[in-house]
Amino acid sequence: MTYLAKPKLHHPSLTRNAVGYTRRDYEGKVSTLCAGCGHDSISAAIVQACWELDVEPHRVAKLSGIGCSSKTPDYFLGQSHGFNTVHGRMPSVLTGANLANRDLLYMGVSGDGDSASIGIGQLVHVIRRGVAMVYIVENNGVYGLTKGQFSATADAGSVSKKGIKNADEPINLAALALQLGATYVARGFSGDKQQLVPLIKGAIRHRGAAFIDVISPCVAFNNHAGSTKSYEYVREHNEVVNRLDVIPCKSEITVQYPEGSVVDVEQHDGSVLRLRKLAADYEPTDRIAALNHVLAHEARGEVATGLLFVDAGAGDLHEHLNTVATPFNRLGARELCPGSAILDRINASMR
Amino acid sequence: MSAPASLAAVNDFVVKFANVNGSGSASANELFAKSILRMGVPVSPRNIFPSNIQGLPTWYEVRVSEKGWLGRRGGVDLLVQMNPQTWAEDVVELAPGGYLFYDNSKPLPLSRFRPDVNILGMPLTEICNRTYSDPRQRQLFKNILYVGGLAWLLGMELPVLEKLIGEQYKSKEKLLAANIKALNLGYEWSRENLEPLGLQVRRADAVGDRIFMEGNTAAALGCVYGGASVCAWYPITPSSSLAEAFQTYCKKLRVEPETGRNRYAVIQAEDEIASIGVCLGAGWNGARAFTATSGPGVSLMTEFIGLAYFAEIPVTIIDVQRGGPSTGMPTRTQQADLLSCAYASHGDTKHVLLFPEDPTECFEFAATALDLADRLQTPIFVMTDLDIGMNQRLCAPMKWDDARELDRGKVMTAEELEAGRDFGRYLDVDGDGIPYRTYPGTHPTRGSFFTRGTTRDAYARYSEKGPDYVYNVQRLLRKFETAKSLVPAPVVQQSDEKTPYGVLYYGSTSPAMAEAVEELDAHGKPLDTMRLRAFPFPLGVREFVLSHEQVFVVEQNRDGQLRSMLINEFDLDPARVVAVLHYDGTPITARFIADAIASRMKPVRVMPLAGRAA
Repeated sequence: MTYLAKPKLHHPSLTRNAVGYTRRDYEGKVSTLCAGCGHDSISAAIVQACWELDVEPHRVAKLSGIGCSSKTPDYFLGQSHGFNTVHGRMPSVLTGANLANRDLLYMGVSGDGDSASIGIGQLVHVIRRGVAMVYIVENNGVYGLTKGQFSATADAGSVSKKGIKNADEPINLAALALQLGATYVARGFSGDKQQLVPLIKGAIRHRGAAFIDVISPCVAFNNHAGSTKSYEYVREHNEVVNRLDVIPCKSEITVQYPEGSVVDVEQHDGSVLRLRKLAADYEPTDRIAALNHVLAHEARGEVATGLLFVDAGAGDLHEHLNTVATPFNRLGARELCPGSAILDRINASMR
Repeated sequence: MSAPASLAAVNDFVVKFANVNGSGSASANELFAKSILRMGVPVSPRNIFPSNIQGLPTWYEVRVSEKGWLGRRGGVDLLVQMNPQTWAEDVVELAPGGYLFYDNSKPLPLSRFRPDVNILGMPLTEICNRTYSDPRQRQLFKNILYVGGLAWLLGMELPVLEKLIGEQYKSKEKLLAANIKALNLGYEWSRENLEPLGLQVRRADAVGDRIFMEGNTAAALGCVYGGASVCAWYPITPSSSLAEAFQTYCKKLRVEPETGRNRYAVIQAEDEIASIGVCLGAGWNGARAFTATSGPGVSLMTEFIGLAYFAEIPVTIIDVQRGGPSTGMPTRTQQADLLSCAYASHGDTKHVLLFPEDPTECFEFAATALDLADRLQTPIFVMTDLDIGMNQRLCAPMKWDDARELDRGKVMTAEELEAGRDFGRYLDVDGDGIPYRTYPGTHPTRGSFFTRGTTRDAYARYSEKGPDYVYNVQRLLRKFETAKSLVPAPVVQQSDEKTPYGVLYYGSTSPAMAEAVEELDAHGKPLDTMRLRAFPFPLGVREFVLSHEQVFVVEQNRDGQLRSMLINEFDLDPARVVAVLHYDGTPITARFIADAIASRMKPVRVMPLAGRAA
């Protein structure tokens, strides 16, 4: 971390994207997290993804719960409204926000304490409902702000910095999301930005509940020998199933790959998710196969990363509820209030 | 044994139906009540039901009162006893000279009757078994049969009943005919075998244009009219029918005609925490949202309520109160959530509460709450209860002014931001404690801010500095002061002659209070009354208390919660305010109030009570 303020002036030669913003315009306040924290890499990846996809910063709403990870929305997209809610309850607030204005991009940032312990119920139900969002869990297996207690994603047998061995079974968030019906499920590693940026871009372009479990080592409390969420351990046990390229529109596909080595998934908006297969037998549009793959790797002590599953034809909560195209927050009395004549008729039916 | 005396009264008596839950009695009993209403005579029915779907005892008590008293009277004049489980306890309640109507298909030993009440046997089971072969019909039509029988006994007009049945089964010809037949069968049997009672219903003109409606339905409609587009809720008695009614009305009234798409969203959440979380998200993002719940739900919501208070997010919470604490009496009524709502959540908090007295005010206050939530940017509670919420109540028709706009409060627009207007999310620009807000997505470079439950300065920047904190919480107090002038004002009624006695009350106590005041007045004990309709209390409340020697505070809870709030907020001498408390789960009665007040009046003296013993 640093206490120096970022300069407000940008270098004039910085590249601007299609909506006229430089990468710096997507940054937020200076992070107050520890130097080397995986979460800061994720914030940088979000900045990169939004800039590359020409997302207008003010059209993003970023929501979080409580904890180190939940502080990060202050550190990216400084021109967006942010909401640091209460511990474990970001998903319900995000759901309501999404209902109020379907035109914004909703980014929920949470941690493993926030999402796998106190807030697991809300995580479960926000996914079940298919709320259109990018839900990122910055997963380090440990409670950072309260100094190093295990979280519910810590592997059984892993050892805390204070030398305590964790006896509880871990919750596999990616597998959980798959089981609950998330329509875009990915797992990344904060130490591999090249992999992470496209995963976030794919999630932004996805319509429906997009969930990304990002293993994000805690340099202060969970980066030691005996931890299964350290940089070293994850690098050694990372099993990348595919590499993703997000191509804004089908016509732009130019590079050709040998047959059978790529999977192209066209999204609802015409963009294409191009998956270069690394695990030959991996089929990212088959939910059950994806779940098997993730669990099989877990059993071997490996971490499967990449775009694990996508259903490009998915609908979202607004579709399920058949809501109007106009955002609710723009409806006025004329659209919402039925008026006195109808009330008189209702009165008459009550006599 | 001499024949018992017989109660005689026209349009002034209480009928109690004792039924088995799930036996189909509810619609027959409602038919009975509504037909009296159609004869121009006010009725107030009350469901007394268990937390159960089938098998346990349930009662339906109908007070018939041409004078228009709608509170529960206490005592029973005619018992329609259809449930052997509760025979003994129900029979005890009957007034001497009252009437016991029962199914005498099987003979009962004489010891089960009281010598001082009139016995009316009707072989309901026998008639049904003779007439119907289907076991379900045999059960269901027993109910219509007794309504027919009662119609003869009480002098009710048969065509009125037939017309109501016609309205109920408008599009179901078969059911319509079968019900009319059963009604007539009961009426005819009764006419041939029984004499009309001393209790009679006689056509009158005492109903006027009033409507007959449940508070939950009315509150739901208030949310439709008040512009709520998001409802998030979790099922809990006695509030579930409110959210369900909202959905039903929205299906009819909130569909975009061109596209058939909905201008509303209802989320049945996984719990009350998520319910209010969804509402907060929607409110933060500029849509009107509400949740309906009861005491246990409020307990779960308190962390979010604190966030909404501190981060200043509009949200409307309708609390249909039931008996507490804990699971308490889920199907009984109380006014026992005042303190837990008024000061909900940790730290220094205060919340706005509205107290509707009947369905009409449930409608009004639900819409008002949505306006106030936006205007004050804070949680607004509508404190109704089971007695108002789940019983049909005769009340004034709902009114709506078509010129009324939704008051969205202080929202800074893109144009204002573009013009360079200073935006500090927690800055008190107007001196009323209410800051400006922006909706997410308003302007590319201005007006965004970070909403949080941690302390911050006037520009929403994280700060743990003492002066920043104090500025903020003092401003919240100023905002609460502002609320005093915006909430519905108390309703004061001065007695004709000057009196040292005053009484404060609120909510569902209203109808019983009106009757009690008249009774006390008739016995030379006039009272000035003030009906509170909201918290924070306007200053006039303090003056009312100080201008009387003795003020009674009538409530339906054990601890005198409103009284505590009065003492707390106004620094009152507790001796000035005398608690009159009713909290056994049944709705408060005029008899109870009159009794309690008379016995506590200084100088203490025993006052003879009019009428029958409770």
